[in-house]
Amino acid sequence: MLKIFLHQLNIIWSQIVSLWLVFLHLFHKSDTVEYPDVKPHMFPRWRGRIILTRDPDGEERCVACNLCAVACPVDCIALQKTEDEDGRWYPEFFRINFSRCIMCGFCEEACPTHAIQLTPDFEMAEYVRQDMVWEKEHMLIDGTGKYHDYNFYKVAGKAIGGKGKGEALDELPPTDRRSLMP
Amino acid sequence: MVKITVDGKVLEVDESKNLLEEILSQGEDLPYFCWHPSMGSVGSCRQCAVIEYANDEDERGRLNMACMTAPREGARYSIEKAAKFRAQAIESIMINHPHDCPVCEEGGECHLQDMTVMSGHNYRRYDGKKKTHTNQYLGPFIGHEMNRCITCYRCVRFYKDYAGGTDFGPQASHDNTYFGRWQEGPLESEFSGNLAEVCPTGVFTDKPFSKHYVRKWDLQTAPSLCAGCSVGCNTNPGERYGTLRRVVNRFNDEVNGYFLCDRGRFGTGYVNSDERITVSMTRSAHDAAPHLASTDEARSQLQAMAANSIGIGSPRASLEANFALRELVGAENFYAGISTNELAMSRQILDIYRSRPVNIANIKDIEASDAVLILGEDVTNTAARLALALRQSVRNLGKKMARDMKFPEWQDAAIRQLTMDRKSPLYILSAHATRLDDIAARVKIGTAANSARLGFAIAHEIDSSAPAVNGLSADEKELVTTIASALKEASQPLIISGTGAMSQALIAAAANIATALNGADKKANLALVSAEANSMGLALLMESSDNSLDQAMASNAKAAIVLENDLYRRAPASSVDSFINGLDQLAVLDSLKTRTGEQANLVLAAGTFAETSGTFVNYEVRAQHYYSVFKPVDTIRSSAFWLSDKKLSELTQGCADSISGGAGIATLTPGEGFSVSGMKVPRQQHRYSGRTAMRANINVHEPKQEQDEEGILTYSMEGVSALKDATVFNTAWAGGWNSNQSVFKFQSHTGAALKQATKGHCLVENSVSEKTWSEVTDAEKVTGDFEVFPLYHLFGSEELTANTEAIKAKATSAYIAINEADASKLGLQASDGVSVEHNGAVPYIIRSSIAPGTVGIPVGLKGLNFRDLPAAISLQKATDWATPSEWHAANIIVSDKTSVNAENGGEA
Ligand code: SF4
Ligand code: SF4
Ligand code: SF4
Ligand code: SF4
Ligand code: FES
Repeated sequence: MLKIFLHQLNIIWSQIVSLWLVFLHLFHKSDTVEYPDVKPHMFPRWRGRIILTRDPDGEERCVACNLCAVACPVDCIALQKTEDEDGRWYPEFFRINFSRCIMCGFCEEACPTHAIQLTPDFEMAEYVRQDMVWEKEHMLIDGTGKYHDYNFYKVAGKAIGGKGKGEALDELPPTDRRSLMP
Repeated sequence: MVKITVDGKVLEVDESKNLLEEILSQGEDLPYFCWHPSMGSVGSCRQCAVIEYANDEDERGRLNMACMTAPREGARYSIEKAAKFRAQAIESIMINHPHDCPVCEEGGECHLQDMTVMSGHNYRRYDGKKKTHTNQYLGPFIGHEMNRCITCYRCVRFYKDYAGGTDFGPQASHDNTYFGRWQEGPLESEFSGNLAEVCPTGVFTDKPFSKHYVRKWDLQTAPSLCAGCSVGCNTNPGERYGTLRRVVNRFNDEVNGYFLCDRGRFGTGYVNSDERITVSMTRSAHDAAPHLASTDEARSQLQAMAANSIGIGSPRASLEANFALRELVGAENFYAGISTNELAMSRQILDIYRSRPVNIANIKDIEASDAVLILGEDVTNTAARLALALRQSVRNLGKKMARDMKFPEWQDAAIRQLTMDRKSPLYILSAHATRLDDIAARVKIGTAANSARLGFAIAHEIDSSAPAVNGLSADEKELVTTIASALKEASQPLIISGTGAMSQALIAAAANIATALNGADKKANLALVSAEANSMGLALLMESSDNSLDQAMASNAKAAIVLENDLYRRAPASSVDSFINGLDQLAVLDSLKTRTGEQANLVLAAGTFAETSGTFVNYEVRAQHYYSVFKPVDTIRSSAFWLSDKKLSELTQGCADSISGGAGIATLTPGEGFSVSGMKVPRQQHRYSGRTAMRANINVHEPKQEQDEEGILTYSMEGVSALKDATVFNTAWAGGWNSNQSVFKFQSHTGAALKQATKGHCLVENSVSEKTWSEVTDAEKVTGDFEVFPLYHLFGSEELTANTEAIKAKATSAYIAINEADASKLGLQASDGVSVEHNGAVPYIIRSSIAPGTVGIPVGLKGLNFRDLPAAISLQKATDWATPSEWHAANIIVSDKTSVNAENGGEA
């Protein structure tokens, strides 16, 4: 009997405590953010809308290597390699189906050129699902994004317009194939 | 077999093979670069290092290259203990390696990437400067990126040593070592494409593929066949976004081994060409305006006309499609779609294979032959893969010398040193110099009729019961006895001939020689090359019928259904014209636009080999199945679909039932119920990317996956890829082995047959021992100034592949080839053209090997139709002459070209 009584008392007490704590909140600073009037602060590493960036020379960074596409767990990236007359690879088209994308950031991790980057922009709702299919022209920005200095073609051995054989970082001039000297 | 211990595991291995090959065969992983199962060992890359212990007490052991080690009974080896050495070896290989993987066509199927990962070198310590190299332009087929070279020497060993190429080799030394041509320009070898597969890095890559490059894992692939000639090489074509991207070799030890020719590898671009028929069209009369026909409409129109039609089949259509047409119109109304002579030759070949005591030679037999006679067939241009095999056959003398000295066959460099330029005998009787002359002991130039005469004489010389030939000159007698005794002495003699020279006498002579060689303990190898991918399949359907195209055209038919056949390539244009003009209805099923198709009033859009499944029968009468690689647009259907309501498997069964000895045709696939772990085999690999985005631009809602009517493979990633099960071998991949080197994981023993896959089914089982002979036929007298003989071009003579951009870049328009004396008799100056009796004018080239009074006319090249010409023609210097824009003399790769005409023709 006594046990039941004490139990009931305990319940009532806990409710009083709860009410008191709620009452105290009247005097706290509000946590609610008045979105969309007030925008939250997003950190640069947040994984939102995906962009394609340019290298420090202003050229498209993406070399159409397909690594982001293969890393994507939902397979929502499709692209096709093409090249310019000087041999520089770039994507002929580059498409992300954002209605499938889970913002995991694997593509960014896989990208050897820092071309594809996730940004803190999360406002991606659309009324029509078809509008969530983005092409290169929708994603390609003018800047370098989060990584300012890297320029893949300056490191790679492949010659492109403006950079011949032996002109990449840490390269010797091309060898002479007619020479028999070691 | 000997017992060895590798890292404590006891293995039973073959002591005649090298240790690397044996370790791999046991399913172990051991990195390597320079060794190749078809090319043996040279021990140059230092990657396959193992530790070999002297005895049980030896703790330290010594470092040996597994590929240069013969396994010793009871010996102890360790793979593990040499791991550090291998990591160092690869680190030094990688010092100069460019940072190229993302922009390298090899990436994702790179043997160097795989071996680097496998060796555990994963962090770059070297921060000095890298050596660099310039690249060369090597023609339309092969890209060059020398920076990526690891100097394993595989390319040279393939190109020069294995394929006999002369325009490519190593240059400079040490860090400067360079692999390329003596000067920029197209690679001359007909097998250059194999460099892309042989080179373990991205130095040599498939150039047409690079133009629309995707990674290996993004290709939808299936086991397929090359439709380029009668060899029937096994391939794995790959598709992406609805277009065919490339073709790679699919290993079949009896048909093509590890290699393809360049026609097969680079000749499939026509599948994506603008010349494709993509919709079915119909019109009420020849001259009425055509309009689109829906699938149902087109099909019912075809069915409606079938009752009163004749059907014209094709040696380039599948067995099933030809069979379906025969069923549709009735056997008596079914015609072969090739000339009377060609039909007779194919049936003659079947008859010889069945009735003579010979062994029908597959590629392994050819490679093992120790004396060869080629009778009038320009194998390099009509059945190229066999020419590559013939190059190996002449090495049998060297291999025998090595065996006698007790040195293993895989010691490639050593055997080449030992042999120098000694070769097993190979004789060629031909109307012109060929690309195999450099390995020939003797070459005898003569017309097909004369080669046949000598052939009959050789048979008689070997076995006097064979019919004799009279009136041989002393020189001819000497040649006949030389060849006869070389063939008699050989333990595995081989006779090669075929339909290329268009002479039944020549084929009969080849059969007589092979028959004559039959002895108590040996059977001669005989290979008779046929004209097209399914020539022998068509012959099997025509065994009891003489209906040729010539007869079809004389049949007074009012309606005709033409299956995948451009009649203008098969008969003189004038006869085809009058045949078509006499028709009320002409239906054409084809994949490409043709002159025949243009005149049809019903055109049905047919799928190519890549979009359909079916059976081809190769020159050995080996039936092989090809699976569709991808589904084309809905309006394109297989010819078999247009012609029949039956399922493909029912048609295949029908072929098996109606062809004598054809039961094997129905056993080529594992059948509809086939599964691996309860699931079908996916055409798309487990890494296939972009599934939910590739069609999202059209509609974000993904469509249902395409269904496969054969029920073996799926058009999706669903199912278990047949990893390590090669029943349906759609791509070479194994864990850690992303490149084509992974094939060994699917082989019963490294370099030997695939574990499960069918090698196809030879439909002729020959156990004849009785000798029968063909009679010597007197050559018909040809009258005219110049006797015509056909010339073939690997690039351009085959109808479909000629519609591929890369092939066009290596082809030329038509020309004539004559002897210098004849050219000056005709008064030809360097830039003149020659007018060919009633057939307009073409450029000419002078070839020193060609006999006076004969003229070589290329088959199938644009600008002159071989079939329009009589057996002998008159030639004249052309007046009013301008060189055709597609004339590219530089693309004619022959050794005896002394001068060529025409400004844009390029150098001699
Ligand atoms: S991984 Fe980077 S460079 Fe490669 S395709 Fe994707 S975005 Fe382009
Ligand atoms: S050859 Fe292989 S390792 Fe070298 S760049 Fe190409 S993919 Fe990378
Ligand atoms: S080019 Fe390729 S095959 Fe030739 S040596 Fe270099 S890496 Fe080896
Ligand atoms: S030899 Fe014939 S079947 Fe083989 S790849 Fe060449 S064209 Fe194709
Ligand atoms: S594979 Fe043995 S040394 Fe190259």
